[in-house]
Amino acid sequence: MNIIETRKLTKYYGKLRGIENVDLTVQEGDFFGFIGPNGAGKSTTIRTLLGLVARSSGEAYIFGKDITAYKTEILADIGYLPSETSFYSGMKVKEMLSFAAKMRGRECTSYAKELCDRLELDMNKKIDELSLGNRKKVGIVCALQHEPSLYILDEPTSGLDPLMQREFYSILREKNEQGATVFLSSHILSEVGRYCRNAAVIRSGSILVCDSVEKLGHTGVKRITLRKAAEGVFIKNARDIKYENETINFLYSGDVKQLLSELASIDFEDISITDPELDEVFMHYYAKEEM
Amino acid sequence: MTLYLHELKRNRLSLIIWSTAISFMLGVCVLIYPEMSGQMNEMSALFSDMGSFTAAFGMDRLNFGEFMGYFGVECGNCLGIGGALFAALTAITALSKEEKNGTAELLLTLPVSRAEIVTGKILAVVTQIVIMNACVAVITLLSVAVIGEEIELGTFMLLILAYLIMQLEVAAITFAISAFIRRGGVGIGLGTALLFYFMNIIANLSEKTEFLKYITPFGYTDSADIITDKALEPTYIVIGIGVALASVVIAYCKYTKKDIL
Repeated sequence: MNIIETRKLTKYYGKLRGIENVDLTVQEGDFFGFIGPNGAGKSTTIRTLLGLVARSSGEAYIFGKDITAYKTEILADIGYLPSETSFYSGMKVKEMLSFAAKMRGRECTSYAKELCDRLELDMNKKIDELSLGNRKKVGIVCALQHEPSLYILDEPTSGLDPLMQREFYSILREKNEQGATVFLSSHILSEVGRYCRNAAVIRSGSILVCDSVEKLGHTGVKRITLRKAAEGVFIKNARDIKYENETINFLYSGDVKQLLSELASIDFEDISITDPELDEVFMHYYAKEEM
Repeated sequence: MTLYLHELKRNRLSLIIWSTAISFMLGVCVLIYPEMSGQMNEMSALFSDMGSFTAAFGMDRLNFGEFMGYFGVECGNCLGIGGALFAALTAITALSKEEKNGTAELLLTLPVSRAEIVTGKILAVVTQIVIMNACVAVITLLSVAVIGEEIELGTFMLLILAYLIMQLEVAAITFAISAFIRRGGVGIGLGTALLFYFMNIIANLSEKTEFLKYITPFGYTDSADIITDKALEPTYIVIGIGVALASVVIAYCKYTKKDIL
């Protein structure tokens, strides 16, 4: 079953483009990454899906239901974490969590407490007194406490320290193993590479590619490192060339035999050929788009 | 219901401060009446000789020497201006504060329709205005009892009712404005209330500007008219209630379709 499905989803803010013809499919039980730099359209896509902004055109379904006609019903089973979390001033953590639970008509005290314990969040503190990271934790508990079947998380780990990030993803993985679907937007590619099964790359409001993270990594691009090589070496189809400490580093996309024949005419002591990291793949898609 | 209670809880301090301040001012005005009543005849003569200014505040038709005449003018000053400012301030921020404070994203992604949110918020605004006026009425009646004056209860209740309706109309108009703006709007709210107040003063100055009474909600809070006629002017009231209802409908229409950026 498709948990999220959009067809030519478009949002314009007046004359300004938000997203354009976004086609996206997220299967039930997926751990889906939504990658793109700032201003690419990640948040606009999420805000349109959640009904915070009205689509200009196109179709969008969550749980197989139209996002506008069944908005309230859909939101009841979604846990949403915005990129910037703001709360009502003067409230304690437990009061905020209780308010969110009551608005959902749910009793979540026990699981909220468990989540607070795992994230080391003091429920009796006033939110105004919390650090940015701890406020983020309040947002996380708000999004998770009612145990929804779809988690939509916009830049979820910004502000969290590495230990808390690990705990947060461990909670998400547990929920995912229990059948929940996770849709997270991020510009931290290592995060997406480590936790997500499928991902889509968005740029300038349009989806560049949507596939499994494994396939996205197999782009035919190789990261080549030549040690003790002379600067100024020219290799056809090489990109992102860096020279440092007598080492040349570049991305190569093209015929491997051609590469080997070119390397045969170059002086160097050692060579390593590796698959690039996801962020390099990301750059690859962007470079392709610019060509 | 949760949002309604949440709104009341969040605004309780503002409600307490405004209710206390307006009740206190009106209560003090009542308590000093016995001391001032001796000088009232001279003051009435003085006020009746101030031309347009006298008419602007309705003092040409009120007998300042009688308690209800005195109370009518003071009520206009304290409950009229104070109540309108409170109503405007409460309503103008009701919807826009969620966007200003960044809490709209949290609130509007909870499984509650926008219409329910508007309903919860407008009901909370109305409740606060009713509570404030109830406090003012009780404190005023207690103050009247303390000084041992006799008050025409029916006329007094009509005055309070007129001010209540006026505040509800101001609140409805500023609530509709709140649905359009994204940032606070306190200045717009207070400015709107004061604009209506001065419109009424101008309307009293000349027959040429009397039409303004159909525009400003203060048109039906003219103490001189209410005390003299012992009734509210139905035309103004019907227009006022119509404008208030239309404003609330506009707020619903706008907010249910508004993009939350």
